[in-house]
Amino acid sequence: MKFTIQVNEGPYQHQSADTAYHFAKAALDKGHEIFRIFFYHDGVNNGTRLTTPPQDDRNIVNRWSELAREHDIDMVLCVAAAQRRGIVDDGEAERNGKDATNIAPGFRISGLGQLIEGGIESDRTIVFGD
Amino acid sequence: MLHLVNKSPYDGSNLNTATSIMKSGDTLLLIEDGVYGAVKAGKAASLLEGHTVSVLGPDLAARGITKDKLADGINVVDYAGFVDMVEANDKVQSWL
Amino acid sequence: MSKTKKMMYINRKAPYGTIYAWESLEVVLIGAAFEQDVSLAFMDDGVYQLTKGQDTSGIGMKNFSPTYAALGDFEVNKIYVDKESLEERGLTLDDLQHLVWEDEDEDWAEKDSIHLVSRAELSDVLADQDVLFNF
Repeated sequence: MKFTIQVNEGPYQHQSADTAYHFAKAALDKGHEIFRIFFYHDGVNNGTRLTTPPQDDRNIVNRWSELAREHDIDMVLCVAAAQRRGIVDDGEAERNGKDATNIAPGFRISGLGQLIEGGIESDRTIVFGD
Repeated sequence: MLHLVNKSPYDGSNLNTATSIMKSGDTLLLIEDGVYGAVKAGKAASLLEGHTVSVLGPDLAARGITKDKLADGINVVDYAGFVDMVEANDKVQSWL
Repeated sequence: MSKTKKMMYINRKAPYGTIYAWESLEVVLIGAAFEQDVSLAFMDDGVYQLTKGQDTSGIGMKNFSPTYAALGDFEVNKIYVDKESLEERGLTLDDLQHLVWEDEDEDWAEKDSIHLVSRAELSDVLADQDVLFNF
């Protein structure tokens, strides 16, 4: 079965980013397909590679990046939400005249249409938030 | 339909709203702080009566709630079971 | 994409205190271009999104409430408001914006977009959807 997962909250502040990860992993382990993981609202903060959690804590951002690499998952940060919260890739840096980027590996920045498309193309859409 | 509630019933009306919308054949899964709603001795447990309810085991364990504390008839699932429930229901409503 | 799905956006949070209401409305506006069967539900504190007379000049935030009135132009005209949530908050339909759309099939007759529904009716509407978006 094909899933789209929406993540509405950032890492560490709320458990939703953790629950979404464990759900995604369990779905993949069961042989399901993840069409897309769409990060919205503060959820875009899951995609900054500048995160530095303490050594003895989970690294939520790296965990997403590894999941994307291992399973070739499309992980999208909403562009409008990312711009508001300062998550920047090369294209955004160029368009908006920013002097740095911070997007983590495996993520890309795109429009809200990607969420709607996920809802249309997937068998199930599931939202994690607060 | 699968209903997800992730907040404590003692902090907001999400469980109340979810159970008021639920139809026969729908299933409720309590996750994150939502698992506090499954505790038998708590006032909110009465909201679950007459509904099909599951609770996410890892979230229960994290909060130190043992299965013997749960209201009657509540099913405990792991993340794999969560995935199965999403598959078994035609859609998911997250009461955020 | 040839599939048409029934998509419902469920709004349960008040505006301004958090960004959920505004960013949810942004999804609705973008989603309108996908020509799906779209509807909106407003319940719990979400009913506060539709109230008249919002003036954000004193808090320095954008007043996005006029955008709801434009939804009809985007063919988003099935707006379900939970009666119980309104009543709990001491509100009536008169406290909400009058949202309308023009029916092309009936010589552009102006029709109400808002349907005031009981909890049981709202439950039926949710059950009839294919995809539910929550923010």
